[in-house]
Formats: sequence, C-alpha cells, structure tokens
Amino acid sequence: MSASGTIAGPRRRLNRRRLRESLLFVAFVLPNAALIAVFTYRPLILNVWYSMLDWTLGSARATFIGLGNYREFFTKDAGAVLGTTLIFTVVTVGGSMLIGLGLAVVLNRRLIGRNPARATVFAPYVLSGVGVGLVWTFIFDPVGGVLAAVLRKFGASSPQWFLQPGLSLTMVIIVYIWKNLGYCAVIYLAALQAVPRDLLEAAALDGAGRSRTFRSIVWPLISPTTFFLLMTTILSSLQSFDLIRIMTPMGQGTTTLMYASYLQAFGGYNRAGYSSAISTILVVILLILTVFQMRFLERKVYYA
Amino acid sequence: MSLALTRAGGPAIVGNAERRGGRKDHSGHEATVDESIVGPDPWTRRVFGGYLPLIIACLIIVLPLLWMVLGSFKTADEVITQDLVLWPHHPSFAAYANASAKVNFPQLFMNSVLVTAVGATVKVVLAITSAYAFAFLRFPGKRIIFLAILVALMVPSQVSLVPNYITIAGMGGVNTYWGIILPGLGTAFGTFLLRQNFMSLPIDVLEAAEMDGAGHLSRLFRMVVPMSTPAIATVALVTIVDEWNNYIWPLVITTDDSRMTLPVGLTLLKNIEGDPSAYPILMAGAVVVILPVLIVFLFLQRYIVAGLTQGAVK
Repeated sequence: MSASGTIAGPRRRLNRRRLRESLLFVAFVLPNAALIAVFTYRPLILNVWYSMLDWTLGSARATFIGLGNYREFFTKDAGAVLGTTLIFTVVTVGGSMLIGLGLAVVLNRRLIGRNPARATVFAPYVLSGVGVGLVWTFIFDPVGGVLAAVLRKFGASSPQWFLQPGLSLTMVIIVYIWKNLGYCAVIYLAALQAVPRDLLEAAALDGAGRSRTFRSIVWPLISPTTFFLLMTTILSSLQSFDLIRIMTPMGQGTTTLMYASYLQAFGGYNRAGYSSAISTILVVILLILTVFQMRFLERKVYYA
Repeated sequence: MSLALTRAGGPAIVGNAERRGGRKDHSGHEATVDESIVGPDPWTRRVFGGYLPLIIACLIIVLPLLWMVLGSFKTADEVITQDLVLWPHHPSFAAYANASAKVNFPQLFMNSVLVTAVGATVKVVLAITSAYAFAFLRFPGKRIIFLAILVALMVPSQVSLVPNYITIAGMGGVNTYWGIILPGLGTAFGTFLLRQNFMSLPIDVLEAAEMDGAGHLSRLFRMVVPMSTPAIATVALVTIVDEWNNYIWPLVITTDDSRMTLPVGLTLLKNIEGDPSAYPILMAGAVVVILPVLIVFLFLQRYIVAGLTQGAVK
C-alpha cells in the first residue's frame, strides 16, 4: 500500500480508510487462511519430504533414502494397490452414475410422491459412513445376516463376504454405490429439469420417440453434467475411507491407494515415510484429474 | 463426503440459496415433458417406467435402515439363529444398555456433540467473516488469496494425515478435544459458498447504509447476515453433518475412549465385539450415530441437498 508522509488532508483520510479496511480484511481472513495454510497446504509439502525418509512413526530418528519408498511401492505393492483402486473407482463411479441417471429419468416424470422419493434416495449420502458400514456388515453377515437367510430360503449358502478378497471388494463397492448414488441422481435430475421444454416438444412434434429424444437431445444437453459428475465422483471415490475401514479393517481385497496409505502409517506398521510416499502418489493423481477437469470445463461444449 | 465445486465464478455455480426458498424443486422450474403434446403416459409406462422402479429404489434405501432399527431391539439369540427373525419378539433397549456397558456411550455422544458444536460454530463464523472480506473489502492480492482458499477444496484431508498427526501430536494434542477440532477448522467450502451469496445481495442497499455512516461491522451483522440467512443455514447444516460424521482424523488422533467421537467409539465397539451375537449392540450404536442426522435431514433436506449439490448444475 502507498503510505507517503506529506499529502493533503483528504488524501490522508482516504489512505487511513484504506489502511483500516486492509486491517479489517486481515482480521477477517487471516485465521481461516492460516488454518488452511498450516493444515491443508503445509502437509502436502511435508508429505513430499517425509516420503523420502525411512521413518517409523513416533521414532525420533529418520534416515534419508531418496526415492527408496517409491521404488519399493512400484516394485512391490503397486500392482495390487493400483489394480484395486482402479476396479473400485471404475465400478463405483460407473455404477452410481448409471443408476443415478436412471433414477433421475424416473424422478423427472410427473409422479405422485416424487419429491419425498428424491429425498429418500439422497439420504444415505449424508449419513455416517461408519454407521452405514455397520448396518451393511450386519446384512452381509454369513451367519446372522438377512442376505444369508434369504439365500438359505433358496437353498444356497452365503458366500464368505469377509474372507475372500474379491467378495469383500464387491461388498464394499455395493455399499458405496448404495450410499452415493443419490448424489448422482439429484444432480442428474436438476440437469434434466434444465433441458428446455420447447426442444422436447419440437422433437415430439417431429415424431421422435422417447429413446430417440433422449439419445439425440437430452443426452448431449446434459453431457456437461455427466462430465462434472464423472470428475467429482472419481475424486471422492479415490478418497473413500470410512466404509473400507469399518467393513474390511485389514483391507482384505480393498486396499486402495487411500487405504494403503492409512494402513502403512496407522494400521500397525507405523511406516510414516512409506505412507507419505503413497499419499504423494495419490495427490499427484488427484492433481492431474483436477487440472484436467478445469481445462475441460473452460470449454463448455455440449457435444463432448 | 466430498463437496461439489467447479471453479471460481464459473458458469456452473448456483448463486443464491434464497431462490430455493420457494416450494419448487431446487432447480427452480419444472421441465417435464408437456403431456398435452406428447400425450399422456399409458398406465403401463407409469407403473413399469415410473412407480415400480421408484418404489424399488426407495425400498432398497429404506429397508437396510429399518433393519438397523429392528436389529437394535433384538436379543442376541434372535440374530444368531438360522431362522430369520424379522420382528423382535421382546423388543427392548437392552442392546443400548449393553453397548453403554462396553464403551461409554453417553460420553461418546457428548464428545461428538461437543466437537460438532464447537467445530461447526467456529467454521461458520470464519466462513462469514472471510466471505465478507472477499466480497466487500479491498486488499492487495485478494484474488490470489481467494484462489488459494478455493483450491484447498480440491485437497482431501486424508492425504494430510501423517503430517497433521506429527504436528498435533507434537503439540500434545493426542486425546484432546482441541486436537480433534483444530486441523479441520479452516473452511474453504463455507467461504466460497457465502461469498457467492454475499456478492448477489442488492449492492445499493449496502451503499445506502455506508452513506448513512454504517461501518463494516454493522453492515455485516445488521444487513449482510440477516439477508443471507438461507445461505448461512445451508453452510451451517452441511458443516454440522460433516463434523458429526467426520471419521478418519478423530480415529487417528484419539486412543482413549474418554475423548473418542461416536464413529471412533463404534469402531472400538466393533473390534471388541467380534462375534455375530453382538449385532444388536452394534446396531444400537449405528442408530445413535445415524438417527440424529436422519432426523435433521428429514426436516431440512432442502437446505442440505442444496448445499451439497451446490455448484453442480447451472
């Protein structure tokens, strides 16, 4: 700010007002900005530093090992962890978007009770992941679970959801979709409702059937929403933790990047450096996706 | 839960929560196909393409939650039997009492209430002051600071786990309330959402107040805050739900059940109660963590849905 000494009265008064305004700005913004700087940004840098250390959490000594942790990850764990992350992300994102779109189309019809239905479908999204995970653990339980009881009625026995890694992953994916599809449904519904009515009427007058109208008019028009949902659900799926932790504590079949990073530091191994390396890899992936999303949204094209 | 957001001032941001004050859907207007032109839906389509899938979807959502409540009133015998017991024969609160005997449930509940109340209050206040500053005060480099806060929305708190643990543990924050609350206090979401809202307020009213000699503080508390109640309510509700459900950080920073929040205490309960007969107790715990949010959601879903889908669709 300019603060020269000898100027005329009004100028000085103006300067003083600007100064007071600046001070108020600092008072209003600093606490928030400082918290974000210390607890959101600083960790990103620290992670990079920690990731080059061989360091046991809680220990006072650490050894610098350069890219050793990364080398270990990419030679040892990367295949399984990245594979699990890929399957989890693709299936949860695809599943919740597809089912969400289907529900949105239904909710967009003039049906009695569609507003309560919209709220019901959205509800699981706001519920505690731990609570939801417990409920579904009970449902999937091979002995006392309701699913097992239903299977018994048909003469089948319950699969060992909690023992076979592939089944554990399937189970967590199902619950994740259950919890998150309402978000996709509500956002798709808003997009469907924003489709100009006259376009739909024109298509109807031209004799286009429902599926033709959807393919040629609605789907292209809601493509920005599809892209937006694709990016946001990929990002949140990559970060999912609660359900995995409560339903499969050891990460049997469900060790995604996020969960691997947690397990290495806090799951009994206490490997702070290795965990930070995995976190850094995750941050790089998130960063690439975010930049990609922003670039893409700059061009707000409909026929993407 | 993650927050939906595009970019600063982008085309996709829903500006004003007031618009949702009405009775319409939160997207504002109806745009269903005009039946006078397309012709009425045949009843088969109404049923098989409308009511039937809708009912099935709602059942898939509701039944597990109903199962949770029923389960919490059952006895151990009723859940380990091979024959499915749908309805508890002797519904009782025994599971709730048993859960309290294993872990200190009232304490966990109070901890969650405390952490949520303090955390959400501070966050909402910080969001209001920051948003006011970004909307109405001049400061060199304001845009860059705002952008930096905005980008923080993209950084998941999960990846800061180890560094933040080292920081807070180093300050002696393990098993303390402040240690649970502090790292999450910065609010990018609230700042962003309220700034959008403040900037849509009628500027001439605020200018008139300025002419009359009203300072920034009186303009903030006498005009901006009262005019933005719906948006502030939205931010407050979303923040409260987030704090209540917050799991990974309290899980890492607490080891003592006198300071654990409900989700963390439930994890402990699940660990010490390994066998299936414990399900009534676990369901009782799930009810306690889920039901408060569900009730709030039922009454105020309009605000919560609006807040969580903010920024998604124009």
